[in-house]
Amino acid sequence: MTWSEMQPLLEQACWDTLYMVGWSTLIAVVGGLPLGVLLVLTDRGGLLQNTVLNKVIGQVVNIARSMPFIILMVALMGFTRSITGTTIGREAAIVPLAIGAIPFFARLVETAVREVDGGLVEAVQSMGGNTWTVVRKVLVPESLPSLIASTTTTIVALIGYSAMAGTVGAGGLGDIAIRYGYQRFETELMWITVGILAVVISLIQFVGDYAARGLHRRGGRSGAAPRLRLLKSRAPANAGSQASAGPGSMDGSAEAPATDIGKVA
Amino acid sequence: MHPCPAHTHALHSTVTETPVITTTGLTKVYRAHRARGHEITALDGVDLHVREGEVYGVIGQSGAGKSSLIRCVNLLERPTAGTVTVAGQDLTALAGRGPRAGRELRKARSNIGMIFQHFNLLSSRTVQDNVELPLEILGKSGKERSRKALELLDLVGLTDKAKAYPAQLSGGQKQRVGIARALAGDPKVLLSDEATSALDPETTRSILHLLRDLNRQLGLTVLLITHEMDVVKTVCDSAALMENGRIVESGTVTELLATPGSELAAALFPVSGDASADDRTVVDVTFQGDAATQPVISQLARTYNIDISILGAAMDTVAGKQVGRMRIELPGRYEENVVPIGFLRERGLQLDLVEAAADTAAADTAAADKAAQASVPAKEGAK
Repeated sequence: MTWSEMQPLLEQACWDTLYMVGWSTLIAVVGGLPLGVLLVLTDRGGLLQNTVLNKVIGQVVNIARSMPFIILMVALMGFTRSITGTTIGREAAIVPLAIGAIPFFARLVETAVREVDGGLVEAVQSMGGNTWTVVRKVLVPESLPSLIASTTTTIVALIGYSAMAGTVGAGGLGDIAIRYGYQRFETELMWITVGILAVVISLIQFVGDYAARGLHRRGGRSGAAPRLRLLKSRAPANAGSQASAGPGSMDGSAEAPATDIGKVA
Repeated sequence: MHPCPAHTHALHSTVTETPVITTTGLTKVYRAHRARGHEITALDGVDLHVREGEVYGVIGQSGAGKSSLIRCVNLLERPTAGTVTVAGQDLTALAGRGPRAGRELRKARSNIGMIFQHFNLLSSRTVQDNVELPLEILGKSGKERSRKALELLDLVGLTDKAKAYPAQLSGGQKQRVGIARALAGDPKVLLSDEATSALDPETTRSILHLLRDLNRQLGLTVLLITHEMDVVKTVCDSAALMENGRIVESGTVTELLATPGSELAAALFPVSGDASADDRTVVDVTFQGDAATQPVISQLARTYNIDISILGAAMDTVAGKQVGRMRIELPGRYEENVVPIGFLRERGLQLDLVEAAADTAAADTAAADKAAQASVPAKEGAK
């Protein structure tokens, strides 16, 4: 295969991947943000304490999180068809991608929002603010650097999911890799795909970190401080998801566990 | 409104007899969530009366219930029983049954300013935006918000920091922003939850003076809780001592001093020192009001021709009046000193006889005490 043959293929695949990831990220943020905030608010001691609702949401999120994506994709086929009219193609892939990413992002939002100092919530309450004011003026703005880091993690995870969607006919870079790289032994094309993915992911990570750090710099002592220091070293996005990274998370490069203090003693 | 003048002593106390914060039978019981029947009583029937325009200090050790008390005043914490009335409004009646604050209660809260130990400023907002936050909640227009915010920043002396972020400020500056923010809604009452506990002594003093100035200039009633006696001594008109969820003593500082055996007065004006020999009489003299301005000790020495040594003294100017306590030693046993003691009582002073401390530990430290207090007699001699 020559470069002139590969180029249009790769170009189309890139756009397909970005299209799928872009839309599903948008839906994941729109759906996951309120869900994550609700998880914090309804928790015990929260502003809208409601143990039953909290347990129900938590359980749904957990089940959705622990589902292997490839199974979720197949299981949702009926639902996907009812929305997009087909189960093949990039539009169809957005449905399972978004549904898989919402609980993932919701958990990240939950950890980020939980880190906001309770004193700030109290301060706004003492000014006569209601719950909605607290969410709008405190919880979201104060956790924004962490939320941006969480979004970056979600995008990177979605690129992984989208490659899997490619194997069942959604197009994109995963599709190229399996159809050309694997089934037609086009090793060269395979490596180019890997290279493109590496570049795209690094770029997204860089932009995400830059935005989070920029916001954080003016913020000073907010919950995100230690996390961003971790971001600088290695395995950046995982620092944020560590606490919530369950068996279903796609990013396998989680940081090494903290060294055992017992060893030092 | 003008920036705080450097000398505010000329301004007189604004205390009136109108009650502004009243709690009756305030009780707060915390139930541990899992362990049934395990209860902690944080407040045990607290009756608090804060008059309009005064600075009222509640002092106590951690765990005494101070924090629960102040948080019950604006109902951040729901009292288990009892009522809270602020500026004539029964807040407990507004609270309703549910855990969420209704519109009425939120409106009442916006008339009560609150400052915190850890400032609780939003790190994502500039100083000015932080001060504007309560005004946003009140639904004020953008122009009105920024005008008011700049005015308040001027009042606390931080005009030049309006565009800075809280992370760029020192602790004292952060608390000033906190105060400006608390005043944004033109409250009649300011609650201070250990507002100076995270600050160094120098900054603490400047924040306390700011509170005092605001109290005098705006007629603001301040209820503050603290574990530092110095805070009460510096700014408070009245004080209450809390122990195990109850108020064990309360009153104006002068009233407390006049109460024989007042723990709070003893803590505010600590004196120590033991008799130098067996045949001596040790007496604690409490000065308050006019008596403190008279040179009674030297009068006593001249009239009866006796040698008086001062073992320790704690004198201060509280709320513009000289008050304090002094421990003096008279030669001879108590029986021989009835006349001089009568002389002092006649002068309007309160006297408490100190029994000779028998324990050896006290005797060991006596020498050190005396060395430390060596300079006191000379200073007090001028009186």
